[in-house]
Amino acid sequence: MSGHAIPQPGGVTLREATQPQQQTSERRRILRRFMRYKPGLVGLGIIILLVTLAVFAPWIAPYSPEEINTPLRGASPSSNYWLGNDDIGRDILSRLIYGSRIALIVGIGATAIAVTIGVTVGALAGYFGGKVDFILSRLVDTLMAFPLLALLLTLSSVFGPSLRNVVVVIGLTVWASYARLVRAEVLSLRERDFVLAARASGAGDRRIIFRHIVPNALGPVIVIASLAVGGVIILESALSFLGLGVSRPTASWGTMLSDGREYIRNYPHIAIAPGVAITITVLSFNLVGDGLRDALDPRQRE
Amino acid sequence: MLTYLIQRLLQGILVIFLVSLLTFFVMQLAPGDPVRLLVGEAYVTPEQLDLIRAKWGLDQPWYVQYWTWISNLVRGDLGTSIIRQGVPISEMVSDAASMTLRLSVMSFLIAACIAIPVGVLAAIKRYSWFDYGSMLGSTLGVAVPNYWIGLMAIVIFSVQLGWLPPYGADSWRAYILPVIVLAIEEMAALARLTRGATIEVMGQDFVTTSRAKGLAPRIVIVRHIVRNALLPVITIIGYRIAFILSGTIVVETVFAWPGLGRLFYNSIQSHDFQVVQAIVILLTVIVVVMNILTDLTYAIIDPRVRVR
Repeated sequence: MSGHAIPQPGGVTLREATQPQQQTSERRRILRRFMRYKPGLVGLGIIILLVTLAVFAPWIAPYSPEEINTPLRGASPSSNYWLGNDDIGRDILSRLIYGSRIALIVGIGATAIAVTIGVTVGALAGYFGGKVDFILSRLVDTLMAFPLLALLLTLSSVFGPSLRNVVVVIGLTVWASYARLVRAEVLSLRERDFVLAARASGAGDRRIIFRHIVPNALGPVIVIASLAVGGVIILESALSFLGLGVSRPTASWGTMLSDGREYIRNYPHIAIAPGVAITITVLSFNLVGDGLRDALDPRQRE
Repeated sequence: MLTYLIQRLLQGILVIFLVSLLTFFVMQLAPGDPVRLLVGEAYVTPEQLDLIRAKWGLDQPWYVQYWTWISNLVRGDLGTSIIRQGVPISEMVSDAASMTLRLSVMSFLIAACIAIPVGVLAAIKRYSWFDYGSMLGSTLGVAVPNYWIGLMAIVIFSVQLGWLPPYGADSWRAYILPVIVLAIEEMAALARLTRGATIEVMGQDFVTTSRAKGLAPRIVIVRHIVRNALLPVITIIGYRIAFILSGTIVVETVFAWPGLGRLFYNSIQSHDFQVVQAIVILLTVIVVVMNILTDLTYAIIDPRVRVR
């Protein structure tokens, strides 16, 4: 850290002049702008609720999600079973609560993997340019031209359906848009004075990229990532719906919908609750994303 | 312009080549032996298995197999399916593609015809009940998984009311549910986009000028605002059309629609990887071609792009 604490005229070090002081007040301003967007706050509230449900599922769920109660096959909602029972008599509400775990783990886990890969690839391509940029950019083009769901289905059928594989496979396939975004940001950032200053004070490439450039390019990445979590949750549900996501009997909203589809003539209520749960979750993440976009980039405000 | 076009074409070909290589590579990792699946339960000696492998060229190293496959592909020959013996893959794929194309074109037309006027109107009447209502609707529309809307539509219109067939593609009535379900998501996304683009144009100087010089509001809206706002909308429509084919996989499965998405899913399930490869390549070519066409259209409509 002391490496670039070069005193400047007026007694302000370079580090202070370029970052921290402004950052705290900027953070407060961002927070204030986010708080002003009411739908975003509602979304955040629902996400906190969902996380609570997911973490404390064993205490909150009234029954075990895998407990089979044959006499209650396809039973309609009752005072004991608020959302009714599924095709083999399991409690739908309990499965719904446990299903939030899968949705959140996949949504957040896969997005985290994608952001990590995308930011690294984009930063390397933008910073080094030349051949590195050419090769990485063609890789990004290739992934972006790939029909996403087709690629996901192929990969999951090859690696076998499991929670871990779903997270990894989605994470490995959706990073291209982050890479493209970060590359463009880095291209403009790398010519800026603070990068020159860092280089002059002896910082190496790795330090310049990850300490100086990347933090400054993260704003739009956070916005896109928060908007992408919802899309990833839908992808997971679609994969599980098609039998290539989380394997049974684990309760996932997608597999619940797939059970519901099979019994749609006799027990149509099975397919209702999981769809509502997916919609509310995705909606909440999208609203938070909208709020973050307004807060982090007031120019883009709709 | 020509150099730009050639450059884009070369990049596109490179991308298609890389996708084909990647797909082929992934297929090699797949567990399960296609020959074993082909023979099924029947008893065969290892020698017979080797014979079958040799017949399909499966005894060759992967790069020889890849070369045979890609050189046939370039000549337009996709081969015949190992799993469904004797059926030419190109026939299977083109039949299914035409069914999917019908679905996507219809749903896209419906979506565009509704979403663009709604988006423009919402922008012009910003902060009105119409604006809030339509944006609430489109925010919801983006968040709902489309295959679930499909399931609910089957429950209501097929199971409860008995108006429309839940599966298949036998009559024009079978088109209604899948087309509408696919249109909803597109509509939601397009309406939001059109609204955003229109608002951006409305804030620009030339709009203020044309208002100030006394042009009728209707003319300002139609000639100045909408025309300019449609530019980004056209681009996005191009990119989205490219992907709508792959977006139909789940919806086609729900409605048992005999299209590309369902063929893809069934081929994955039955480990018919040649068909999977063929569809992936076809979809990628569509995406690449559509992207180039979109960029070209954009350059033709907006002269500023050409200068860059």
